[in-house]
Amino acid sequence: MDWFIDAGDDPAHKFLLMLVAIALFVVVMGLILFLVDRPRNAPRWLVSLGFVGPALAMLAFGLLYPGLDTIKNSFYNRNGSEFIGLDNYATAFTESQFLIVLGNTALWVLVAPITATFLGLVYAVVVDKSRFEKFAKALVFLPMAISMVGASIIWKFVYEFKPAQGTVQQTGLLNQVIVWFGGEPIQFLLQRPLNNFLLMVVLIWIQTGFAMTLLSASIRAIPDDIVEAARLDGLSGFGMFWRITIPSIRPALVVVLTTIAMTTLKSFDIVRTMTAGRFNTSIVANEFYEQSFRQNNTGLGAALAVLLFVIVIPVIVYNVRQMRLAEEVR
Amino acid sequence: MTTQSAGAAATAGGTAVTETRGTTRVSPGLTERARKAKARLTSPWASAIAVIIAVLWTIPTVGLLVTSFRPELDIRRSGWWTVFGDAFAGEPVFSMRNYETALFESSTDLISFFVNSFVITLPAVVIPITIALLAAYGFAWIDFRGRDILFVAVFALQIIPIQITLIPLLRTYVQGGINGSYWTIWLSHSIFALPLAIFLLHNFMKDIPRSLVEAARVDGAGHVKIFFQVVMPLLTPAIAAFGIFQFLWVWNDLLVALVMGSPDTFPLTVRVAEMAGSRGGDWHVLSSGAFISMVVPLIVFLSLQRYFVRGLLAGSVKG
Amino acid sequence: MTIRISARRRTLAVAASGAALALSLTACADTGDGDGGTGDGGDDAAGFEIDCAPYEEFGDLDGTTVTVYTTIVDPEGATQQASYDPFEACTGVTIEYEASREMEAQLPVRVQAGNPPDIAILPQPGLLNTLVTQYDAVLPAPPQVEANVDEGWHESWKGYGTVDGTFYAAPLGSNVKSFVWYSPAAFEEGGYEVPETWDDLLALTQQIVDDTGGEIKPWCAGVESGDATGWPATDWIEDVVLRTAGVDVYDQWYKHEIPFNDPQIVEAFDAAGEILKNPDYVNGGLGGVDSIATTPWTDAGYPILDGNCYLHRAANFYQTQWPEGTTVAEDGDVFAFYLPAETTDEKPTLVAGEFIGAFNDRPEVQAFQTYLSSADWANAKAAATPNGGWVSANYGLDPELLATDFDKASAAVLADPATVARFDGSDLMPSEVGAGTFWAGMTEWFARDLSSQEVADQIENSWP
Repeated sequence: MDWFIDAGDDPAHKFLLMLVAIALFVVVMGLILFLVDRPRNAPRWLVSLGFVGPALAMLAFGLLYPGLDTIKNSFYNRNGSEFIGLDNYATAFTESQFLIVLGNTALWVLVAPITATFLGLVYAVVVDKSRFEKFAKALVFLPMAISMVGASIIWKFVYEFKPAQGTVQQTGLLNQVIVWFGGEPIQFLLQRPLNNFLLMVVLIWIQTGFAMTLLSASIRAIPDDIVEAARLDGLSGFGMFWRITIPSIRPALVVVLTTIAMTTLKSFDIVRTMTAGRFNTSIVANEFYEQSFRQNNTGLGAALAVLLFVIVIPVIVYNVRQMRLAEEVR
Repeated sequence: MTTQSAGAAATAGGTAVTETRGTTRVSPGLTERARKAKARLTSPWASAIAVIIAVLWTIPTVGLLVTSFRPELDIRRSGWWTVFGDAFAGEPVFSMRNYETALFESSTDLISFFVNSFVITLPAVVIPITIALLAAYGFAWIDFRGRDILFVAVFALQIIPIQITLIPLLRTYVQGGINGSYWTIWLSHSIFALPLAIFLLHNFMKDIPRSLVEAARVDGAGHVKIFFQVVMPLLTPAIAAFGIFQFLWVWNDLLVALVMGSPDTFPLTVRVAEMAGSRGGDWHVLSSGAFISMVVPLIVFLSLQRYFVRGLLAGSVKG
Repeated sequence: MTIRISARRRTLAVAASGAALALSLTACADTGDGDGGTGDGGDDAAGFEIDCAPYEEFGDLDGTTVTVYTTIVDPEGATQQASYDPFEACTGVTIEYEASREMEAQLPVRVQAGNPPDIAILPQPGLLNTLVTQYDAVLPAPPQVEANVDEGWHESWKGYGTVDGTFYAAPLGSNVKSFVWYSPAAFEEGGYEVPETWDDLLALTQQIVDDTGGEIKPWCAGVESGDATGWPATDWIEDVVLRTAGVDVYDQWYKHEIPFNDPQIVEAFDAAGEILKNPDYVNGGLGGVDSIATTPWTDAGYPILDGNCYLHRAANFYQTQWPEGTTVAEDGDVFAFYLPAETTDEKPTLVAGEFIGAFNDRPEVQAFQTYLSSADWANAKAAATPNGGWVSANYGLDPELLATDFDKASAAVLADPATVARFDGSDLMPSEVGAGTFWAGMTEWFARDLSSQEVADQIENSWP
């Protein structure tokens, strides 16, 4: 038994364990599918269970239960020993900075997904089937391969400020550009509310690759006869983009926007690494992390997590409506 | 154009698929397409936009790459772009010092962190994708009661920040006596990946023309057979694409590894995060560390990129 | 570098014992070179001998394991681990060392999940307080540890490891924060003397401004530190409170017996502001006053090397932050002097340190805890730290073992009878303040030029 749990620091053992795990997984899944497929006329619930069951079980254990636990915690004090009703929510809402935090979060969730999706779409369209398509896509995809913390460090470099003083040289590219054009270097991260957008740039920089990848694939899926018909109607260039491309990939756009919006709401790494939420740049996710893991205030942290969930409800509702629509068409 | 006609377009796309279900790669329209592509790129605006975005997206990374080869004091004294002038003037501006520090100056061999990253990532990609594929198929093609509600619930779970799940999960693992092993990391990553994986794959799964599935059903195929023989082949590119995303997320993950792992199972990210030193003063070493850990994701991306370029539904929808 | 030395040393130790065996077998034949394996550069820990007797009462510990969780990552991690060698040699216990920069956030997670390490090196008493009051997780220190601390440490240090009257955590290392870094060469060139009093310091500052025609801002500072941005400024304020308001007020202040925005405290803010918020005095080579908020504290002293700045207040551990190749010595590139007080008779000194929390009371854990709290450990650590950057306020520490002159100077400040040491107040305040609004408030003090009164009021209002 020990062999399966502790691989020590022996690489061969580790790889073997990995293969065993995958094999074990394949066997188990195969068995499940075999069992639901075996009976001649398997009842539908059994088949559904075979397909959806494993995922639901894992989600219930790993996400749903902790999620419900968090909702419960949000009504308790900092270490969960005492029920305090809505106090945590009251604290969150009466915090002097809180309106700023909420406003910033709204700004993030509106601006970052839309910008990333838009840029990803534009880029996908303009490089589509060009000679350098692969290379061009790789360039924009590259930031996806960097962790959020890594990306934040990269951009901190870009925004870095050095004074116009004696022999001091600029080390941040953006300020260097300003200096080249004869301007005075700027303390970018202190410029409110501009600094919020500068932080968003990091997320947009990462997520554009994601948007581009999925949207480019959807554009590929637009049937040629539609494009051809539109062309015969005299559409081209921007008209084609607006009247044919966008409506045809609408479902994919919704998916991409939703996914990036969810990521945006959850990501705190960028804010933490670049400003630690100072200078009016904090967002709910950052406050949540701060309270849960820095201040060890489980109750307040939980309340902020619940708040994230509330913020995302409109996104969910919108998606459900889109799904209904698609369903009707189908 | 209204939503309705967009829907019509999507349906039309569906029909197009059935017609070309031969999954032949070279379709008759290909040459014509190439011609059209040429026409499109002659638009100077499009080219300009493409170049601007590509350059803007690349410069920060190039900056970090150059920085990672510069000596510590230079990094703080002048911008990375100055190296080009200085190098031209024949000054020694590059140094391998940051890489030496990152690669060799640790009590643990960097190789073992690479091994751990591999061992963690592979199952953490294969397992959730398989489970998500099955679930996505169930949600898309099996009619069962409460399906829509369940699907929305799964979709909504995306918003749960994984931070809140860590303590309950770890507690369970400790009770089960498997904490600190690979199993907990695999399982945790698999769970966290599911909502998005199901959501995205379901989206592709839906785009498979109904007629294809119906035809198989009329032939007497059960769901398991349809899943393996009809759906899976069509979805291969989508799976590869999502596989790359999942690979990147797991490879770059620090949090799960840190909480669920142990010194024997820590991946590369844990080591890279430490490179900044106890008090954060050695962050220049991070620049080299970041590139060392980026190598593998880049190789994976470049080798699987053809799937992205081809479109996410294999053979289908090709004109 | 140190890491490789440590790894190599282990193999050398084995080689050496092998050689010793060989030597004893051939003792009659050859008595030539006996000390073959011990010449390894600058690392004395392997040869460092301790008295094993204190650990015998814990029974036979051979083959057992103790896990340690800390924030001390490489390269300092390697010297930390090397300092455990004498204990491992004595008892046969294996120490499993795990370090992470995220340890402060991760430790409570592990504790709540029922998976704590045996020993955690807590970087500040606030974390100990949280772990005890909130999770009831830390075990009281065993009597042997308490005896060691009573013998080797000033009682105030014992107090920082005590929560609600129970002594939990022995101090490990100490930091001395009341230092001002400068360039000896630049001082010589300008004909400046190291200032002896606070007024001298201000006079020197003005002198530098006058001499350079206002071209040079004498001071440089930076408080950016990732998610802990603001802490270096809290040290500044604390140091000034100690000097302008005195240690008694300081004690009342961090215990909240007087409000945070007490007039004497606001006065201290203003006194610090005379330097830190004076555009003529800061921020040498780094920008204006607001640049203090965004400059990484790790880089803030570097303008001294370029001659763009003359003075940088930072703790003794800033020694290890200087870029590779910088000599830290009285006649080197940089050195530091004690941040002067109002008179030369008193030496209030801001200190900080790590503490040893135990989550398990197995004998081997207690034995290891005992070792860490002993003077033997302090000396082993000093011997295992060839590049310096480490001191302890343990009375038993032999200053001669310290590697650098600057470390010896730090130890001298700690040992000086005139020194009145006070622990970093932000570490002792409730974390909402000490690791929250105090940090944030100081950052805004620079970034938005808030008045001292406004900042102090805000922080007072956030006191739980």
